[in-house]
Amino acid sequence: MIVEKINIDQQLITILEQVSDPEIPVLSILEMGIVHSAIIEDNEVIVKITPTYSGCPAMDIIGDDIVDAFKNSGYKAKVELVLSPAWTTDWITEKGRQALEDYGIAPPLDAEADKEVLIGNKRLVKCTLCGSTNTRLVSQFGSTACKALFKCEVCLEPFDYFKCLK
Amino acid sequence: MKKDLYKYILGIADNTLILGQRLGELCGHGPSLETDIACTNISLDLFGQTRNYYQYAAQIKGGNTTEDDIAFLRKEREYLNVLLVEQLNTDFAYVMVRQFLFDVYHLLFLRELQKSHDVRLSAIANKAVKEVGYHYRFSSDWIKRLGDGTEESHQRTQNAIDDLWTYTNELFHQTDTDKSMIQEGIGVDTLKLKEEYYKRVSEILQKATLQIPESKWFQKGGKEGIHTEHLGFLLADLQYMQRTYPNMEW
Repeated sequence: MIVEKINIDQQLITILEQVSDPEIPVLSILEMGIVHSAIIEDNEVIVKITPTYSGCPAMDIIGDDIVDAFKNSGYKAKVELVLSPAWTTDWITEKGRQALEDYGIAPPLDAEADKEVLIGNKRLVKCTLCGSTNTRLVSQFGSTACKALFKCEVCLEPFDYFKCLK
Repeated sequence: MKKDLYKYILGIADNTLILGQRLGELCGHGPSLETDIACTNISLDLFGQTRNYYQYAAQIKGGNTTEDDIAFLRKEREYLNVLLVEQLNTDFAYVMVRQFLFDVYHLLFLRELQKSHDVRLSAIANKAVKEVGYHYRFSSDWIKRLGDGTEESHQRTQNAIDDLWTYTNELFHQTDTDKSMIQEGIGVDTLKLKEEYYKRVSEILQKATLQIPESKWFQKGGKEGIHTEHLGFLLADLQYMQRTYPNMEW
């Protein structure tokens, strides 16, 4: 599942770990898998990030946050957006998936299972509160572009599910 | 060639901009909270795709052109979207039928655009096609629910199909720009998608117990900049801030 990563200078990792998606603050952009590369060239850090969704409004903010984080550590940084290869939910790390669940967002299932739950055929998404898989899709589109809205039939709580994007 | 590519990109991006704007009009006005959020989520995807295209187009045009200039400062006749996407949100059936008729096309189109010799267009398509898969699933589900729903939802959906059908053929109309881009291996030969399009649409309509219109008369013009009366009003809304306060930023 986890992608063989990537072109990131070791010394930059601790700085990148400080930057998170403003919608999902528990997840660093590294765990999210959106950092394509980060290298130092002519005294400037060049970070390439790949958007989760084309219209994700968090991308502009993440870009600014990266520049700020490097500035605080004494680096000058430039952020570039790369579209290809396109981001997939497979790039979220294991640690990232766990962080999502702890935060109340069910992590993405594999593509086949995802399709089954989103057309309402099967109940596979685990409630982030009580752990039951007796959960029901309320809406394919949730609070942000990357999430669907679910409800647990056991504890009756609503929760988000991070949709599989592949 | 450069001019053709610029125009070709606008032809793709204006579709997603105008449809995104129409869906955005539903923000706070959807028939239920979930559909409201869904429609605006789809709108956001479409705007994101539009930005990717316009940023590329602005680069091709050069000078000081920005994506915002292209989005907000053209005249009505310079917009090259198909007529289908500018049609009104008459009722929820219209919103979903318009979406469905476009999504089927959009999905087939993007799959082919991924093979474009233009690396950047191919990358944008590669990203967008994943999002549009969700749009298609959403709209085709609603077509089945509405068509095979109550007597009233069935009738309203049939009315929307009958009205909007006349705009479907334009999706496959090829302008001189399209033809030259197809020759370059950059553009998508939409004529090759036509059969598959009507086949897929018909399958879903049949499942939804809806009649496939028999009319063979189709409307076109949007791709040449000749629009229905609705686009001007939409643009008045869309462009208001930039026209009133030039160069304003959030």
